Order: sequence, then structure tokens, then C-alpha cells
Amino acid sequence: MQVYLDNSATTRCMERVTDKMIRVMREDYGNPSSLHTKGVEAEQYIKEAKEFFAKNLKVNEKEIYFTSGGTESNNMAIIGTALANQRAGKHLITSSVEHASVANTMKYLEEQGFTVTYLPVDTDGIVSVQDLKEALTDETIFVSIMYVNNEIGAVQPIDEIAKIIKEQNPKTLFHVDAIQAYGKYEIYPKKEKIDLLSISGHKIHGPKGSGVLYVNEKVKIRPIVFGGDQQKGLRSGTENVPGIAGIAEAAKACYENLNEKIEHLYTLKAHFIEGIQKLEGTRINGRTDRDSAPHIVSVSFRDVRSEVLLHALEEKGIYVSAGSACSSNKPAVSRTLKSIGVEKELLGSTLRFSFCFETTEEEIDYCLQKLRTLLPVLRRYVRR
Amino acid sequence: MFQAFLIKYGEIGVKGKNRYVFEDALVTRMKQVLYHVDGTFQISKEQGRIYVEAEGAFDYDETVAALQRAFGIVGICPVVIVENDGFENLAARVVDYMRNMYGDQKKTFKVMTRRANKSYPMESMEVNAALGERILDAFPNMSVDVHHPDIMLHVELRTKINIYSEVIPGPGGMPLGTNGRSMLLLSGGIDSPVAGYMVAKRGVYIDATYFHAPPYTSERAKQKVVDLAKKVARYTGPIKLHVINFTDIQMYIYDQCPHEELTIIMRRYMMRIAQKIAEDTGCLALITGESIGQVASQTVASLAATNDVCHLPVFRPLIAFDKEDIVTIAKKIDTYETSILPYEDCCTTFVAKHPVTRPRIDLIRRSERALEEKIEEMVAEALATEEIIEIR
Repeated sequence: MQVYLDNSATTRCMERVTDKMIRVMREDYGNPSSLHTKGVEAEQYIKEAKEFFAKNLKVNEKEIYFTSGGTESNNMAIIGTALANQRAGKHLITSSVEHASVANTMKYLEEQGFTVTYLPVDTDGIVSVQDLKEALTDETIFVSIMYVNNEIGAVQPIDEIAKIIKEQNPKTLFHVDAIQAYGKYEIYPKKEKIDLLSISGHKIHGPKGSGVLYVNEKVKIRPIVFGGDQQKGLRSGTENVPGIAGIAEAAKACYENLNEKIEHLYTLKAHFIEGIQKLEGTRINGRTDRDSAPHIVSVSFRDVRSEVLLHALEEKGIYVSAGSACSSNKPAVSRTLKSIGVEKELLGSTLRFSFCFETTEEEIDYCLQKLRTLLPVLRRYVRR
Repeated sequence: MFQAFLIKYGEIGVKGKNRYVFEDALVTRMKQVLYHVDGTFQISKEQGRIYVEAEGAFDYDETVAALQRAFGIVGICPVVIVENDGFENLAARVVDYMRNMYGDQKKTFKVMTRRANKSYPMESMEVNAALGERILDAFPNMSVDVHHPDIMLHVELRTKINIYSEVIPGPGGMPLGTNGRSMLLLSGGIDSPVAGYMVAKRGVYIDATYFHAPPYTSERAKQKVVDLAKKVARYTGPIKLHVINFTDIQMYIYDQCPHEELTIIMRRYMMRIAQKIAEDTGCLALITGESIGQVASQTVASLAATNDVCHLPVFRPLIAFDKEDIVTIAKKIDTYETSILPYEDCCTTFVAKHPVTRPRIDLIRRSERALEEKIEEMVAEALATEEIIEIR
């Protein structure tokens, strides 16, 4: 049995998505900037994708930009606005549990002379609104907070955060990294006072190398990539038409019968958590209720090294992540787990299980059953 | 400009009546390394020299780099070949050659003519003098020094005429296949690939054994070893990589033996298994990357305890090397970057926090008695289920 429980690392592309992409690559392969019919046909896909995202997010079409993925969306949002607004101030705020594509971008800006405040989180991984209030100054030009944490599934109080920012200074921009949230939550940036929003294609059963950045039309932003002035000069480079068609198709599919799917995910999650809690020496990181994301569960297993358990599960056909997949190449300690105060011995013993709409209860049971048999065996063999 | 290379080899020259065996092995190996290079090459042995001639266009840099991976070659001389159509033409071409290579630098030179074609109308001393004169006329900054010249200009009068003056260093060593085959214990670390390279350099073909311990080591760790073997194989020729699943044996040792002795006993079994594969596949010795004192299992006492189970010779070319020196070679042969990728090493879970550094062989042997019941069977099972990966 093959059970893929690493959907926060990446998802399997849907067939309707690949069908569409193949059509773009094989038939409607023109350059959208070309003047002839082939170009016009290709441009059509971009228009349709823009229309969809504008409607889905309840924003204007001209506020949608296509990127090469979540990392680029986050970079573009943070660097682009910081550079364009630095005259108003050089202070930025973010949280201590952001994805590397935000955290390392902030680090870069610090080197460029910006000051960054990293807000702490509580044991559930949630940013304190009080801390944010205290951190905001007249100099603060930009706040970047993720919607759903990629490692433990914590959901930040985005509405509240936006309200506080805008009360303090309506000019302070609010960026939300919604890469793990999009496709699971209905997000309306204008209503929620979000100025910039990052989305990634391959987390929602779309293709890798595709992303979206919503930029409110009033936001002052500078490009970070230069070239042929495509996408109004903000993101030069021939548009990735197959990727754009793919991400739009995937998003469309995700939002069909969304409530049912989310219900399914929460049922799975509750079932999984119940099973995990019956196992000895386990600890769930973050909240277990419906205030956390429906598809991510972080579990620490006492006295088991996460890589070993990961590979043991792999032998049984179960695929999961240790900490967060993006940092798995270098076994660094997870910032998120450290920030929420996971004890030292458990930092290297934590796995992330992440589900998708296609995950079944049978698969969850299979995984729980394998954990039940593997844990006692692995615990016998620890370094003494 | 160059159409050929004259290959200089060192130690082969002194091998007496076996000399042709060594030369043939070198020619075979040169064909192997040149197979992947852009171009068509003729390799010929004449009068105690080996020539590589390119037919038509070829990639010069690639060719030199490939030859630099053929053990046995001491020097690679890029050669210009010109027609034998009279001294005047020859002199003009020699002057061209000097201009292309050195311009009019302030350098000393000496002409060394070799008159292999005894029908050439001038004697070699005459040619030396006449050519020297033309060079002096053409380049006022140059002068002759017959004892320690900066430039030794070789002119070989054959059916055609070869001109060369540069020697690019080769890798040295002995041609592969002149010294049988040995079994390398290959881990994912920095040392073992270097050890394999060094022994291969003495003319020994290499096979390798890797101990895989899933789930304690990942598929990536195994892939890393395959990648390392590929890098080593660029120098050593094809490698048969034997992948042995070691997990059960490791766990059995963990269950039955004192923990501070785990590593030593584990290594003794690795040696035993590698030795068995070596014998079954015609390898004459084992090779390890061990170096005195690097870790607890490589103290002199530990090495002795490990060596206790081996009756084949065990070559440890790095035994007295410092880590930095090993790293230098690893960088040179391009294995370093792969070696330092941070995947799980098979030992970490099964390493005691305080391993013995001075094991007593009699005590280790006694501890191993606790394994008697099942270990033979488990070793046989590990051997029976080995995976063989052909590395080219």
C-alpha cells in the first residue's frame, strides 16, 4: 500500500491540470506577447486564470501577478515593497515561525539596512496580538505573517492582525504568506485588509514552478526581476503559460465543494490524532481542534529519531516529512518547533503528517497500525 | 594546433621483460578514458613510446583531462606534426611553433633533435645548430642554454616530423590491471573513496562493498555512495558495487553484545563479509580508508581488533595521513563535495556514547560468542540478498 502523507511538501498534480497543461504546451504554445494568433491564444489562458483568481479572491484582475512559485511570490512581495517604501521608514515586522522564503528574505533586508522585529509565538504557534501592537511604530512599513504554519498547521489570527496594523497606521502594508492556506480557506484580501498575498501551485495539486502574488493596486512596489516588462513590468519574463493555466485549473478544482472537502480533512485529522494519542510517548505539536489547519499534524515521538522513523515508514510505503521538507536536506533544527517550546529531546524526533482531499480513512488506519508496530521496535534500538 | 600527444610513462620503463604487459595495460586504459572524449583517436606504441593521434577535430582540454585520469602516465606532451619536406620548411614551422607558444619572451632554450629516420639528410647535431640559429634570429630576447634551458624543444625526425616542448603532468602510478583486483569498503565518508583511488593508482582494479542499514540509513545515503563510486570510477575504471543489507546483523549485535564494543564487533563483521565477497569474486585484498586515531574505532588497538578477522591483506593507504591531507586529495578527485552531504551514516544509532578505544581482542572474541546461535545464518542471508550495482 502506498500512502502519501506529505502533502504540505508537495501534492500530486490533478489529471485535469496536466491535461490542460499538455494542451498548452503541445497546441497553444505561443508566446503571449506575440502579435499573431498563436500569441493571442496563449494570452487567453492568462486572461482566464486572472479572471478566476480575481473572482476567487474577490479582487481586481489587474491585482493578480503570476510568479514561479511561493518563494518568488514572498520575495517579490517583501523586497519589492520594502524598497519602494523605504522613505516612509525602514522597520519591518514578521513572526519567528515563518517559512524560510520569508525568514531569509527578511535576513537579507536586515543586511541592507532595514530593521526587522520577529514576533514570538505561544506554545500553539500563534502570534500574540499584544506583541504586534507593541512592535508597531511610525517607522513600520510592512508586516508579513503567514496564514497557516507549514510545520504544525497553526492558523494565525489574520483578521485581528490586519485590524491592529491598520488602526495603528493605515499606510503600513500587510503581506500574508497563504501558501499552506490557499485551497483550504476562503480568503478575501480586500475584506481582510491584506495588501499582498502569496499562493503556490504545487501545494494545491497544481504544477511546481507556478505561483500567484496578489498586490493591492494602491501598494507601491518595485520589481525585483527585470526584462521585457511583461505583467506591467512588475514581473518580467515570458509568462509560464502552462504553469499559469495549471495553477488556475488546480485552484478551480480545489474550491469546488470546498466545505465537503474540508469536513473530510477535519474528520481524518481527528481520527488520526485520536489514534496517535493512544500510542505511548507521543505528543501533538500545536492545536488539535478546528482552530488549526485541516491538513497538517505535527507529532513528536519520544526516543525515536525522526529520520529513522521516516525511513521505516517509507519501507511500508508511507511517505512523511521530518520537520519541514524544504529544510530536510540539511538537518537543521526547526525554528518553528523551537519557537513553540518543544523540548530539546523531541526536536529531532518530530514528523509532519499532511493530508489531501484524496487521503482516505483506510490510509490513516494503515499508517497508525504501522506506527503501532514500528515504534516499540525502533525504541529498542537507541544510542546508549 | 596540436594533433597528437606523446605519452611519457615512468616506472613501466624499468619493468624488464614484463614491460610490454604494462605498456599494453596502459594503452587499454587510455582507450577507455578517451572513449568518452569528443574526437577519434589512434593510439600507437613505437620504439618505447606511446603516441595518441587525433583524427580530425577533437576537444583538446577534454583529451588532456581524460589522459590525466589514466594511471601510469607521467607526462603528456602536446605534439605538432609537420610534413617532412625539406629543412627550410621545417625551420619556418619551428619558428611558427615558438612564436605561438612563447611569443618573444625572455627565455632560454635548447633544441633536442632525435633522428629516428636515419635517411634524413642532416645529422641531429646539425639540425640542432641550424634550428637554434633560426630561433635566435627570429626572437632577439631568446638565448641558448644547453644545461638548464627554460624551453626544451624536441624535434623528432620520423616519416613526418614531431615538434613538442611542453610536458603536462600526468597522474603517475601504474596502469590499471597490472596488479589484480581488490575490494574497497566504501562508506559515504571522505576517506574511503580516497583510499580506493590511491590503491587503484598502483594498478589495482577496484570493486566495492557498501553496508546499507535501512531504515537507519536512507535511500539517499545509498545514492550518495553510488555517486561517490561513479566519481572514483572515473579513475579506476568500472566498479562492481556490492550493497549489503546490514540492518538485521546490526540489531542482533546490539541485542547480544556490550554496547561499548558495538562498533568494533560491527566492523569485524563488515570485514568478514567484505572478505567473503572478495574471495568469491577474485579480489586479492581489502582496502579501507582507516587512519590511525581518527575515531575510536581507528585507534591502533581497535585496528588490531578489526584486523584480527582478516586473512586477506588489508590495504590502508591513508593510515598515517592527517585529515587535511585526505581532504586535499578528495577535493582533487572531486569526491569531497559529495562526501560531505549530510545524510545519515549507518553507524550513528548503533554507536555507543562511550565506545572502547583500547579493545582487547580476547574480550571481543568472547563477546562475539553471544552471537553464535544466529550470526552465520544472518551473514549468509546478507550475502544471498546482496544487490550488485555496476558502476561505469
